[in-house]
Amino acid sequence: MSAPVAPPPPPQAGAERGQLTKDTYRGRIHPDWCPGCGDFSVLAALQTAMFELGLEPSQVCVVSGIGCSSNLPGYVNTYGMHTLHGRSLAVATGLKLANHELKVICTGGDGDGYGIGGNHFVHTMRRNVDLTYIVMDNQIYGLTTGQCSPTSVKGMKTKSTPYGNVENPINPIPMAIVGGATYVARAFSGKQKHMVEMIKGAITHKGFALVDVFSPCVTYNKDNTYQWFNPRVKMLEEQGHDSSDFSQAINRGYQWGEEIPIGLFWRRTDLPSLEELEPVLHTGEGPLAFRKTGISADEAKALVNELL
Amino acid sequence: MEKNTKIDFAVGIGGENGQGIASTGDILARIFARRGLHLNAYNAYQSIIRGGHTFLTIRAGDTPVTNMGDKIDVFIPLNQDTMNRHLRLLKAGACAIYDGEKITPGEVADGVQLCSMPMKELTKGNKLAVNTAALGAALQLLGIESEPLEAVVARQFKKKGDEVVAGNIAVARAGYDYAAQNFRPFPWKAPKGAKPLGIVTGNQATAMGGAAAGVKFYAAYPMSPSTGVLMWMAAHARQLGIMVRQVEDEIGVMNMVIGAAHAGCRAMCATSGGGFALMTEAVGMAGMIETPIVCVDVQRAGPATGVPTKTEQGDLWQMLGAGQGDYPRLIVAPTSQLDLFRTVPELFNLCDKYQCPGLVLADLLISEGTSSIDSDALDFDVKIDRGDLILPNGNGEGTAPGSGYNDKAYLRFKNTESGISPRAVPGVPGHIFTAATDEHDEDGTLVSDEFTNPNVRRMMVEKRGRKMQAAINDIAAPKLFGPENAAVTLVGWGSTDGVIREAVEKLAGEEGIVANHLQIRWIVPFHAQEVGRVLSQSNRVIVVENNYSGQFARYLRSETGFDAHGHIRKYDGEPFMPHHIVEAVKAQLDGKTKLSVPIHEVLA
Repeated sequence: MSAPVAPPPPPQAGAERGQLTKDTYRGRIHPDWCPGCGDFSVLAALQTAMFELGLEPSQVCVVSGIGCSSNLPGYVNTYGMHTLHGRSLAVATGLKLANHELKVICTGGDGDGYGIGGNHFVHTMRRNVDLTYIVMDNQIYGLTTGQCSPTSVKGMKTKSTPYGNVENPINPIPMAIVGGATYVARAFSGKQKHMVEMIKGAITHKGFALVDVFSPCVTYNKDNTYQWFNPRVKMLEEQGHDSSDFSQAINRGYQWGEEIPIGLFWRRTDLPSLEELEPVLHTGEGPLAFRKTGISADEAKALVNELL
Repeated sequence: MEKNTKIDFAVGIGGENGQGIASTGDILARIFARRGLHLNAYNAYQSIIRGGHTFLTIRAGDTPVTNMGDKIDVFIPLNQDTMNRHLRLLKAGACAIYDGEKITPGEVADGVQLCSMPMKELTKGNKLAVNTAALGAALQLLGIESEPLEAVVARQFKKKGDEVVAGNIAVARAGYDYAAQNFRPFPWKAPKGAKPLGIVTGNQATAMGGAAAGVKFYAAYPMSPSTGVLMWMAAHARQLGIMVRQVEDEIGVMNMVIGAAHAGCRAMCATSGGGFALMTEAVGMAGMIETPIVCVDVQRAGPATGVPTKTEQGDLWQMLGAGQGDYPRLIVAPTSQLDLFRTVPELFNLCDKYQCPGLVLADLLISEGTSSIDSDALDFDVKIDRGDLILPNGNGEGTAPGSGYNDKAYLRFKNTESGISPRAVPGVPGHIFTAATDEHDEDGTLVSDEFTNPNVRRMMVEKRGRKMQAAINDIAAPKLFGPENAAVTLVGWGSTDGVIREAVEKLAGEEGIVANHLQIRWIVPFHAQEVGRVLSQSNRVIVVENNYSGQFARYLRSETGFDAHGHIRKYDGEPFMPHHIVEAVKAQLDGKTKLSVPIHEVLA
C-alpha cells in the first residue's frame, strides 16, 4: 500500500456509531487487580471523566509503563500503549508530537514514574507537553510483592527495608510545581467524585498536568490504608486555596501528617505547551503522522545545492 | 601521483584542535570538488575542544577516491608537534609547508621539499590566518588557479563579515604568490574533472536519506560521532516539516521515537554504541509491539566511553543481541557516504513492511568522513512503501473503520500466514487496541498475567519470527568483485569497502597478486547460502575488520559454518590504509601468520 495523503476526517460523535455511554469506555477485559485495590477507583474516575467530557474513544490514547497500575490501558476502550517500565512519558511525548490532535493520558505507579522513570518525569514537565499524567501512588512496589518505593515514608517496613526505610521519600507535588508542570493536583481513591473533577481539569488543561492519586495497596501497604487516609485528607477546594499562588501551592504541597491536602495545588495558564511552541505543527497540514511523505523536487534541489 | 592517466594526491594538515584545521580542510575540499575532483577526507581528531593533536587528510583525484590512501604529498604542520610526528614519513616528491619562524623541521627523506614561509610577515601578524597562507601556497604548488580559492574563502568566512573575508583573501593571495616565487611546483598539475562536485559527510548523507524517506520525527542525545545527523536535522527541521527533539537521554530518545512511529510517523534516531546500549530495551519494545523505527549506530572505539573520536567496528554483536529475548530486526552496514543516503529509505520501506526495528551500523570513518558527491547521485525521489498501514483517511476500508464504539473485529496482531498484520494507528475509528510489551494475543490482550497460555505464546512468537522468512528476498545478495579464481578473497563489511577494494587493485598492480573482494552490507537478514557458496570456492579467505576479536568472522562462521583462513584486524582507533591490507595479505600468503594487526605508523 502506498502512503495515504489526505488528512483525517474530524471525529464524528454521530448517531450511526451509537451514543456514547459510560459503558463505551469499558475495556475488553476485567482488571486483575486485588479486590479493594485503589486503582479500581482511578479507573472508574478516568472513565467517568472521559464520558463527561465526551471524548471520542478512538481519539484518545492511554499510555502506561509497567506495574499493577500500568495495566490500566487494557481496561479502557481507547487506544492504548502498555510500554516499558518507567518510559510512558517518553513514549507519550513522541506519540503526542506525532499526532497532536490525540488526547494522550499517561497512567502508572509511583515506582514507574518517580523511580525508574524519574528522569523523563522531570524533563517532560519542563517541556510542558500537553499530557495528562495520573500516578496511582500507593507508596509501595506491588507487582514485585511489596518492596520500598520512592514515596514510601521514612521508617516504613517493607520486604526490602525489613528494619525500616532510612531514606527520605520524594514529594511529587512540590517537585512537579518546581519542575515546570502547569497543573498539579492530588486525589484519593476514597474520594472518587473529587478525583473525576481533578482528572477532567487535567485533561482539559493545555500543558503538562499531574494528578498524583493516593491509591492504597490493600495487599502490601499496611501503613497507608483507606482507614489511614480517610480522616487525614482535606480538600483544598473547601479551604479557600488559591491555586495560582506559588508559595501557597508549595506550602500546601509539603503538608503531611494529621492533615494531608488533596485537590488542585497549582495551575498556570500563561505558559504555552510544547506543541504550541513548535512551528512544525502549525503549518495547517494536520498531525505529522498523517502528512504527505517525500519532499518536493525544489526542496531536494535546495538541499543538494548546499553541498556544492 | 601519476599512474598512467590517473592522478591522485593527498594534503595533510595537522595541529592543535582550535587552529582552524577543519575549516582549512573544508576550503580545500570545496576547491577540489568544484574543480570536479573526487575526494575523501578523514579527520583524525581528539576529544578536546582546544589543544591536542588533530590531523586531517584530504585525498583527491580524477577517479573515485574512497579512502585516505597511503601517503601525503602536501604536508602542512601548524605546530612543532605535528612536524615531529609526520615529517619523517614523507616520501620523495612531497613537500612540507610551515612557519619557518616557529617550527623547525627534523630529519627528512631525500627529495622532500621544505617550504619554510615567513608567516608573520605574510599574515601581517594574524596568527589565525597562518593556515590560510599555507593553503594559498599549497594551491600554487598543486597548479590550481587563485580565483576558486578566493571564492571559497569568501564563502567560508561570509558569516564573519566583509573585513574577515577580505583579510583572509589577502593572506591566501600572499601565500599563493610567495610560493610562486620561492618553491618548486609539483611536476604534475591537479587535474580537472568533468563537472563540479559537492562534498558531503556521512552524517549529512544519513540525515538527507531520512528526509528523502519521509522522516517526520527525529530525536537524539548528542553523542560523538553521530551528532552531525542531529545538527543537520535541527537546521532543516522547519524547512522540511520534521519534528526534531533533543532528549534527556538515549532511553528517552528511543522511547520517543517509538511513540512517534506508533502514531504513524516515519521516525528515526542516531547515536553511538554507548547511547545504543541505553536504547536496547526499547528496541525490544519496537520488536514486541511491531512498530517500525530506524536507528543509526555510528560506531566509535569502545567499550564504555572508549575513544570518543576514533573509529571501530565493535558493535556488531551488540546490534545482533540488542534487547532481551528473541525477536526480528533488520541490520544493515552501509559502505560509503552515498550508500548511507540510499540505505535509510531502503531500510524504512522494509521496516514498514515487516513492522520491526531497523538498525544501521555506520562508523566514525564514513559518518564523519567527507566524500565528494555528484549531485545527480543524490536522488530524493525514492520509493516510499508504508506496508500494511491503516491511517484515518480510510485506507484499509476492508477492515471496516468506524463500525462501532466497541468494535471487536479488528485484530492488530492478527496471526497471518506472512506474520504481518494490518497496522492501524491511534486515531482510526473502529480499530481500537492496546499495544503491549507484555506478551499479548492477536487483539492485544495480555496473556502474561492471569494465565500464560502456552499455545498463544507460541503462536505469537512464531507470528513475529515468521516475518523474517520472506525478508531475504527483498535484499540484494553481496557480489564478488574481481576474478573468480583468485589467490585470496578479502571479506569486509560496512565502511571498509573502499579501502579493501583499493588494496585488491594494489595487490594486482604492484605485487602481482590476484585477489578478489566480497563486501557484506546486509547483516540481518544474511545471504548465508550465497556467501557460503562464494567462499567455499575461494582459495583463501581473509576477513578484514576494525575490531579485536573478529566479530564479523565469528558471525560469518555462525551463519555459514565457514571458518576464514586468515584475519586482518585493526583496533587502534584509526582506519585501515590500503598498504596495511596489502602488506598483511603478502605476509599471510607467505605463510608468516594467519592474524595480521597492522601498525598505524602515521600518528605513532
